[in-house]
Amino acid sequence: MRDRKQESLLVTNRLVLALVGVVLLIGALLGRLFYLQVVSHDHFATLSEDNRVKLVPVPPTRGQVYDRHGVLLAHNQLSFGLEVTPESVPDMERALADLGEVIEVRAGELTRFRSLLKRRRRFESAPLRLNLSEEEVARFAVNRHRFPGFDVEARLTRYYPLGVSSAHVVGYVGRIDEQELQTLDGADYAGTTHIGKTGVEKAYEESLHGRVGYEQVEANAAGRLLRVLSHRPAVSGKDVYLHVDMSLQLAAEEALGAENGAVVAIEPHTGAVRALVSRPGFDPNPFVNGIDVASYRALQSARERPLYNRALRGQYPPGSTVKPFMALAGLFYNVGLATGATYCRGSFSLPGVRHVFRDWKRGGHGRVDLNLAIMRSCDVYFYEMALALGIDRMHEFMSGFGFGQPTGIDVGGELPGLMPSTEWKKTRRGQNWYLGETVNAGIGQGYWLATPVQLATAAAAMATRGQRVEPRVARAVVDPATGRMTPVTTRTRHTGPPESSRFWDKVIEAMVNVVHSPGGTALRVGADARYRIAGKTGTAQVFSLRGGKYNEKTVEKHLRDHALFIAFAPAEDPRIAVAVLVENGGGGSRTAAPVARKVMDHYLLGGTGASTADPLTGAAEDEEEGE
Amino acid sequence: MSLLPDDRASRLMQAPLHLDVPLLTGILLLSALGGVILYSASGQSLDVLLRQGLRLGLALAVMVFVAQVPPQLMFRWAPWLYVAGVLLLVAVMVAGDVGKGAQRWLDLKFLRFQPSELVKVTVPLMLARVLSEGPLPPSVLRVAGAALLVLLPTALIARQPDLGTALLVGSSGAFVLFLAGLRWRLIGLLVGAIAAAAPVAWMFLRDYQRQRVLTFLDPQNDPLGSGYHIIQSKIAIGSGGVYGKGWLNGTQSHLDFLPERATDFIFAVVSEEFGLLGVGVLLALYLYIIARGLYVASRAQEPFGRLLGGSLVLTFFVYVFVNVGMVTGLLPVVGVPLPLVSYGGTSLVTVMAGFGILMAVYSHQRPVDR
Repeated sequence: MRDRKQESLLVTNRLVLALVGVVLLIGALLGRLFYLQVVSHDHFATLSEDNRVKLVPVPPTRGQVYDRHGVLLAHNQLSFGLEVTPESVPDMERALADLGEVIEVRAGELTRFRSLLKRRRRFESAPLRLNLSEEEVARFAVNRHRFPGFDVEARLTRYYPLGVSSAHVVGYVGRIDEQELQTLDGADYAGTTHIGKTGVEKAYEESLHGRVGYEQVEANAAGRLLRVLSHRPAVSGKDVYLHVDMSLQLAAEEALGAENGAVVAIEPHTGAVRALVSRPGFDPNPFVNGIDVASYRALQSARERPLYNRALRGQYPPGSTVKPFMALAGLFYNVGLATGATYCRGSFSLPGVRHVFRDWKRGGHGRVDLNLAIMRSCDVYFYEMALALGIDRMHEFMSGFGFGQPTGIDVGGELPGLMPSTEWKKTRRGQNWYLGETVNAGIGQGYWLATPVQLATAAAAMATRGQRVEPRVARAVVDPATGRMTPVTTRTRHTGPPESSRFWDKVIEAMVNVVHSPGGTALRVGADARYRIAGKTGTAQVFSLRGGKYNEKTVEKHLRDHALFIAFAPAEDPRIAVAVLVENGGGGSRTAAPVARKVMDHYLLGGTGASTADPLTGAAEDEEEGE
Repeated sequence: MSLLPDDRASRLMQAPLHLDVPLLTGILLLSALGGVILYSASGQSLDVLLRQGLRLGLALAVMVFVAQVPPQLMFRWAPWLYVAGVLLLVAVMVAGDVGKGAQRWLDLKFLRFQPSELVKVTVPLMLARVLSEGPLPPSVLRVAGAALLVLLPTALIARQPDLGTALLVGSSGAFVLFLAGLRWRLIGLLVGAIAAAAPVAWMFLRDYQRQRVLTFLDPQNDPLGSGYHIIQSKIAIGSGGVYGKGWLNGTQSHLDFLPERATDFIFAVVSEEFGLLGVGVLLALYLYIIARGLYVASRAQEPFGRLLGGSLVLTFFVYVFVNVGMVTGLLPVVGVPLPLVSYGGTSLVTVMAGFGILMAVYSHQRPVDR
């Protein structure tokens, strides 16, 4: 017989026991909750805040670049681009194939995009198409759901309105690459995609870039930004105003015509670079968002080398343009020949050396003094002058004028050229110096190399009677918010004889005679000038015809000599110094000097319709000395 | 609120509808609180709230209906219901719908039906009958038979695979055994057997189930994968602190960091928005319902009713414990909802049906035998 009562009690006991168990376990849960919510609260509260709040960098707007007259050279254009974040694209190849039905993507853009993908930061988007038309934007918007990870984005794109003409001065920006990423301040460039690669864009990167801003935003788990909690606005980059006068720059380009070469025009007393031309140029705009490989290769392999900045990086034998400086050195070191004369028979030889150093004029110039030697560019006079000076005194003197060293121009990338010395040859070549090499250096040949910007700086130093001013492309940096202007400073050193020395007059007079006196090598360009020009022609040998006769007409164009001309004007109160290089142009007087003349005419007599108002002060700009 | 059944209101309600007013009050209070929480957890969706309200209405109707069924009828139908449940489980295995990688559903044209929910009721029903037929505490043979009756459906559900439901079904059977006065020696033996079987069971687990267990043991191991749920849930709970961030102000839940926030992880929303005080109130409400439920079960006339009612109440507690344990990182992630609060219909109906049974075994008293 079952004991109902006993069984009831048993079950009731177990129910009570179960209740006790339930109470204990709920107690355990409460204990766990106490641990999480009270003991570890701070820890989890921090984690929760980290989850919620994201710091999003706001890239600053890059500063603009203006020329001397306020002509816009680099600015930011609003454009619509198709951006792709590969991390969000499930199947890139299919998406790209499908996209072709909606928006046209050219093969070049596709290859450019693919190479961009390899160099980009993680989770950073890369542009596939740029400058979408409104119709394309609309067409994509309708199909957007088909393309996760693809977004139309309005962004500011750097644009260079003058394109080719400004490329070698202003340079360009490009996407930040892996190498730059290593050296950049990550915090400062958070959110910035582009950086100055060459020219002013690179040299004034710090001013142009501005300061990054931050937004504290609430983000959800998918990273979508919901609202801005607080923000520190980005500070726009500063504008850079250049000394360069684009109308002069264009005039110089026009003067060069179809020739390759370089023109550098500097205001002698201030070092202000008024024109810096290297031809051929290239369009910098495709570089901004990554140029496609084929176009880049074409630019790189072109024989004319359009990417090569001849003005800063072209190192040429300076040829006869060094003769005024040689003459000045002779006077400075009190060499007898400088105040005396020699007889030029058309050639020169060293005792015990079989080599004959020829003069460019086969019959010789006859009796030449300093003035005639410069005027007619007599080689023999300067062979003897070089021997009298010796290479090491030449080195010392020429270094003072900036030969063999960077000029210190503010845009980077310039090469130092080469001013040889016995020490240089010993340490670099491990060889002794030969006298014959001194003779060659006397006419700017042999090891001696100079860049066009060096020649212009040296000409400017001659014009100012020894004031060597470091050239500057940029004039001032202006904060667009406050209008505060910070002038770009430069350095001035004195070199050569004291400013008041008669030596300067002698040499400068000879240079004036080059252009204005009968028998001067550049008489043609000075004949009808409305101001007096001091100049010197030069020829840089590309190809040495040993013993043979150099005939311009029979030598292939690319083996022809480079034509050089340095000048400043007006001779009595120089306001502009110019160096012109015409590659394979033959003689300096025929091709290079007319270019310099046109540049000086434009600058001194006023080109067609150049504005004269100063963009920074608003004042008329007739008195240049005020600067 | 009084635990005693003898006050007037309960008498009045009890007579026509066989309902226990204190228990019903607790259930309704909890459901109301659940609605408030769900409104926040669903991102202030009135639509979700309305649908949950409709489900609650349906579930309450089921409860009221079940409460009218005399326990004797349940006793009689227990074997048939049990067999039906097992057959349906087999049917699911053969012809079930696949949802979320598991075969759990049976498509009956007009409604999708989850047989495992039915089994949650039929297993304790069957076991209560089997055990109450013999003397208590049950003999070893009877225990062995009962254990087999639990294992069969549990194994079928575990194979679907639905570990959460299998756990609930298995424990509902175990509770019947425990309440029947299973001797402590046997309990020890069973626990030992389960512990010994664990490595074997491990071999039968699916990859994702193993992953869950491994993740439970070390959530930081895979912070963006399966550990993400637990980490984010703990952040939500911990950042709530004592007073919470306030209703509708939970950042973890409203900014989508918290997964499954309206369903399995809704407890984390409560913890984040109402803090320790809020979850204290919630757990107190659960404790009240369980305590009242156990009391009601103890007042059933027959051992069958006591075993059945007690088992159902304790299973209800397992829901709560496993869910909260999972959300707070005490237990592995097992898909068990927080009863009466989590969004979702099927388990709500089952839970309410359980309460209906509980009320039935309590209220259908035969006047003579007392």
